[in-house]
Amino acid sequence: MSPADTLTTDRVSPAAGRGDDDASTAQRRGATGRLLRSELRLVFGRRRNLVLLAGLALIPVIIGVVVLITQDTAVAGQGPPFLQKITSNGLFLVLTSIFSCLPLLLPLTVAIVSGDAIAGEAQAGTLRYLLVTPVPRTRMLLVKAAGGLAFAAAAVLTIAVVGLVVGGLFFGFGEVTLLSGDQVSTADGMLRTLGITAYVILSLTGLVAVGLFFSTLTEVPVAAMAATIVVPVVSTVLGALPQLSAIHGGLLTFHWFDFGEFMRLDVDYSTLGQGLAVQAAWVAIFGTLAWSRFTTADVTS
Amino acid sequence: MTVPATGETATPAPTTAPAASVPASAAPGRTAEPGPASATSTSTDAAIRTHGLTKRFRSGQVAVAGIDIEVPRGAVYGFLGPNGSGKTTTIRMLLGLVGPTDGYAELLGERMPDASASVLPRVGALVEGPAFHPYLSGRANLERLDAADGTTRRSTRTARIDASLARLGLGAAASKPYRQYSLGMKQRLGLAAALLRPRDLLILDEPTNGLDPQGTREVRHLVRELADAGTTVLVSSHLLTEIEQVCTHIGIMSKGHLVLQGPRETVTEAHETVVVVTTSPDHRGSAVEVLTGLGLTAPEVAGTTVTAALGDVPPERVSVALVHAGVDLLGLEVHRPSLESVFVRLTGEGFDVAR
Repeated sequence: MSPADTLTTDRVSPAAGRGDDDASTAQRRGATGRLLRSELRLVFGRRRNLVLLAGLALIPVIIGVVVLITQDTAVAGQGPPFLQKITSNGLFLVLTSIFSCLPLLLPLTVAIVSGDAIAGEAQAGTLRYLLVTPVPRTRMLLVKAAGGLAFAAAAVLTIAVVGLVVGGLFFGFGEVTLLSGDQVSTADGMLRTLGITAYVILSLTGLVAVGLFFSTLTEVPVAAMAATIVVPVVSTVLGALPQLSAIHGGLLTFHWFDFGEFMRLDVDYSTLGQGLAVQAAWVAIFGTLAWSRFTTADVTS
Repeated sequence: MTVPATGETATPAPTTAPAASVPASAAPGRTAEPGPASATSTSTDAAIRTHGLTKRFRSGQVAVAGIDIEVPRGAVYGFLGPNGSGKTTTIRMLLGLVGPTDGYAELLGERMPDASASVLPRVGALVEGPAFHPYLSGRANLERLDAADGTTRRSTRTARIDASLARLGLGAAASKPYRQYSLGMKQRLGLAAALLRPRDLLILDEPTNGLDPQGTREVRHLVRELADAGTTVLVSSHLLTEIEQVCTHIGIMSKGHLVLQGPRETVTEAHETVVVVTTSPDHRGSAVEVLTGLGLTAPEVAGTTVTAALGDVPPERVSVALVHAGVDLLGLEVHRPSLESVFVRLTGEGFDVAR
């Protein structure tokens, strides 16, 4: 969904339209691919980003160790949802960890990387050199968006994979007890965990778009990061006010925790679809804002 | 430094020889040559041309006020002006980074920024100092820029990067992280990036900033070498001496206006070449008469010398007329204004930033 929403803008961009033949189209695709690979190397080669991922990886480890040590004590089973089920099935460590990281840690890491995307290059001065290379601005924005999405995906996957490994090592896998009490096979449970991971990744796409937009407004990456993290926090606050129920459906974070749907016997895909539709809308709106800003702004950094 | 009020005497060695004494060592032949690979699209013979290029910032400040730059193909164009005179904003407009509020610019015959995709690969640029990712090595930074250029060949990347690094003497530092580079090395890496592939046009904004005298010399050599190979070069600087020697053309910016532009020789010629006649004390009066008779305005007498602005009068006519009039001619010198004196006269002196 999200990348496709903004991808279309590349094809209608006036700069790319002139003298189009198959060769130049092919060359442009190749050029985007080259830049994307370079961008991914930049994002995943940067020590700060790796530290962020390592920090996220620690969460399932800590929860796993705590649960392992305290499983025979009086406090066993207290804590976030799914926690009491971890000892019976390591898969639930993935759920508990994602549940714990989704309110703040995950949005924070996503905000850091997406807020830095354009503003960081602007502050370093590298943006002007990329643009005169030349990288068309729409392509630049798309590649930055793809880099931000890739990092968001990597962040969620890090939690999931580490949770899976630690959970499996400490507690093993078995039949999965759903919210209703029904039991499904381990394979089914794995699939459901995969669905949760995918849903959470897609839930962060709106935030990536928001971060990218703020990143086009400033040459100060920290300002863009801070502005970005404010959005899900405010969204959560608004979502907690019943008086504002009329706007709840459109809030960035309102459907984030709907991933629990995967733990029902019959997954209600329309609920999940709503959550994804809200993200698509945020991506469309903030992607467009970022595009219109970035393709017209003077680069004076 | 001290520049006399008239500013005329700064020429290091006043020459008695007439017109041909302009330090135009390498200038004339070069301007005539067209660029190397540029023969393909020559809708105009100018590598850079702007028409009423204007930038008014949202604050209302006019950074560039309707300038008409013309850089002939093959020229080395010294783009001079004090800090804050609008050089960098102009360069940003040339490269499509900043949109003009009025007028437009053409690079290599094509309108910017519409033609960015086809023109900019042929243009190497250094804009307001080098800028790279601090935690990446010099080589990795160049690799990233080359990957960003969709028109180069991946297969030749390593060779081109090696060649460019070697050319700038960075071979040994290639794998060091950029943040460990000295200012001079950073500047070199910026030039290496501009030379990652053959270019028809180089736009170098303050290329010698932060370089020691030796480095400055090397950059001059590099510019000369590139120009000899047919590349058009626009070099901006607020320091005259460092680029004066390599330029075939000069443009001087002051407070957003292009106050002077033209071939290197004519730029200084247009500004009051003076003739200094040395004679015996008794003949000072008649010397003044002769000079006035030739149409030179307001000769000044100081000691045994009589000084007057030469105007269009060839110096040899002055000497002949003096001898004919029986004036003791002990010496005749033609003082051409240095570029520096012209620059100072046009842009004002002092350290005050223009705005």
